[in-house]
Amino acid sequence: MTRAALLVLADGRFPAGGHAHSGGAEAAVKAGRISSAADLEDFCRGRLHTAGLVAGALAAAAVLGLEPRELDAAADARTPSPALRATARRLGRQLLRAARTCWPCEELDLLAREFPKGAHQPVVLGLAARAAGLEPADAAHCAVYESVSGPATAAVRLLSLDPFDATGVLARLAPELDRVVDRAVAAARSVPDDGVDALPAGSGPLLEAGAEWHAAWPVRLFAS
Amino acid sequence: MHLDHTHHGPAAVSADAHRPDGARRALRIGLGGPVGSGKTATVAALCRALREELSLAVVTNDIYTREDAEFLLREAVLPPERITAVETGACPHTAIRDDISANLEAVEDLEDAVGPLDLILVESGGDNLTATFSRGLVDAQIFVIDVAGGDDIPRKGGPGVTTADLLVVNKTDLAPYVGSDLAGMAADAKAQRAELPVILQSLRGDSGVSDVAAWVRGRLAAWTA
Amino acid sequence: MDGVTAAGVRARARIVARGDGRGGTALPVLDGAGPLALRRVRARGDEARVMVVGAMSGPLGGDHLRLRAEVAEGARLHVGSAAATIALPGQHKGEARYDVELDVAGGAELNWLPEQLISADGSDLRVRTRAELAPGARLVLREEQVLGRAGEEPGRLTSRLTVRLAGRTLLDQELSCGPGAPGGWDGPAVLGGHRSLGQLIVVRPEFAEAPPAARSLGECAALMPLAGPAVLVSALAPDALRLRRLLDEALALLG
Repeated sequence: MTRAALLVLADGRFPAGGHAHSGGAEAAVKAGRISSAADLEDFCRGRLHTAGLVAGALAAAAVLGLEPRELDAAADARTPSPALRATARRLGRQLLRAARTCWPCEELDLLAREFPKGAHQPVVLGLAARAAGLEPADAAHCAVYESVSGPATAAVRLLSLDPFDATGVLARLAPELDRVVDRAVAAARSVPDDGVDALPAGSGPLLEAGAEWHAAWPVRLFAS
Repeated sequence: MHLDHTHHGPAAVSADAHRPDGARRALRIGLGGPVGSGKTATVAALCRALREELSLAVVTNDIYTREDAEFLLREAVLPPERITAVETGACPHTAIRDDISANLEAVEDLEDAVGPLDLILVESGGDNLTATFSRGLVDAQIFVIDVAGGDDIPRKGGPGVTTADLLVVNKTDLAPYVGSDLAGMAADAKAQRAELPVILQSLRGDSGVSDVAAWVRGRLAAWTA
Repeated sequence: MDGVTAAGVRARARIVARGDGRGGTALPVLDGAGPLALRRVRARGDEARVMVVGAMSGPLGGDHLRLRAEVAEGARLHVGSAAATIALPGQHKGEARYDVELDVAGGAELNWLPEQLISADGSDLRVRTRAELAPGARLVLREEQVLGRAGEEPGRLTSRLTVRLAGRTLLDQELSCGPGAPGGWDGPAVLGGHRSLGQLIVVRPEFAEAPPAARSLGECAALMPLAGPAVLVSALAPDALRLRRLLDEALALLG
């Protein structure tokens, strides 16, 4: 394996569609819940421990070779918002396209055939990491980081937030990201014995309701 | 134009000229250019000019969600199932150049849903003079500027003006009112673009979009040859 | 009721509903005591009705309460509670646990509509609700959590809700809040300062053919069709009264 493959996969410029999504930040900004770097940090921390932890565990479980269809169903059950399920599948499909070019392999081709309209993005992320020879913790790091980097980038565009402040938020959250990764990987490792119920199921009610609210707007900057 | 086929496997590859079933995919033409230069109006006029003879569809890339798609739907230039909007997260140039994945899904979904298609027009959200389409997304690109945006734009150049397969100088009917020098613009464009074609058009004039439509027909003939 | 141990109260209650053969619903098992005393109340049509009557305050720290309802084919059961449940700090160390297990057979219907759960300052409660449905089962399940009594800080509350239909998980979600919960629980991604939150899940076989459309009910509440014949209404509100009104209105939207 090459650890540097993780940098390729985690790069914000990796062409997998993430730039068009705010991770719920656009709805939170419009609702007046994010208006400063401090609010952004609070938002990111909440997302990290709910959607981020779930995504990290799903990605780590996929690296371990657990059945993608089961993981995808577990992701569905943990994503009550149909807008967020559609977003996760769209991003999964875009990521799979990029991953198949970067790390071509039979497993990714099979996933594309099984999910022509896309599997949940964290499941694809895990399989992409697996194809790149990475470890469960690498995939979890990538998923968990994306859960906070997306909103931070979007907040810079939405609020004209100082980009140094926004990046500072991510840097301050880094130790907490590591701890969430540890929990995610531990949960993923217990799936073979305990089934997918062992995966975390944290939810952010405002992320879910906000996603449906956002999806109903006629005019918006971000796709989600 | 034919692109290299150096990849294997189905649909993973953006620029491949064939669909997973081996059939030739639609020709994809991108339309870019600054805000308000008349991209959407040109797309609408092309649809009206070509829809009887070709099977075509449109993908829009808006800065704000779906505005351009809504315009095309209101104008009823094509049935609604042939118009798709891609959301760009406030960065339309990223969606057509740096990360084309959402646009590739959109063109493929259109071919799946309403295909076979001869032509897909991919319209960029209004952006600056540096925004160009990735060759992984489109086979040819049209850059649309207008006389009211300043007659020094061709002289200033930039990747759109200098490298687009076709440069359209739009709204020539406005030149007398905004004091733009059409002959000068044509000469500057020629100097920037060497052999690449330039079309001066007014969608309000008698010939309308016919020169651009003729250019599109020529590209399509080369594509299907 | 299983009794009071050194670690806290252990209590179990069980309800079994089945068709009485005359178009109504019989309750062959209605077994509860202590904090989970059960009362049969007047039926409405063919639907049997049971009220959970908390005979003690609780759950307190260290308590472990288990409530199970089984609804057999052809039966209709409605379960409510006489008052809100208040999680309080206890003399015993450790968290309190409250497990709810619901089992609904094909052609059966369960309306599980208890009053609010209030998480009082200093309490530590883990709620686990599992609903297991056979194909063709119908369910309305409401959970409401109120974080702290009036003007009070909330306790620690973790609530996980799992709904399975024909062995497939329709919904699995956990909310963790209060002191010691993972960071950001009261922030703009999770509760945003709201102190009342609710989930209403509705499972109906006819949703398989005609799923209700997703509907935003403002920026803090939404009606969301799940990946299966079910809908979740998730809502946050400033107080319990407005929360209940939101959930009632959403249920009415489903017809």
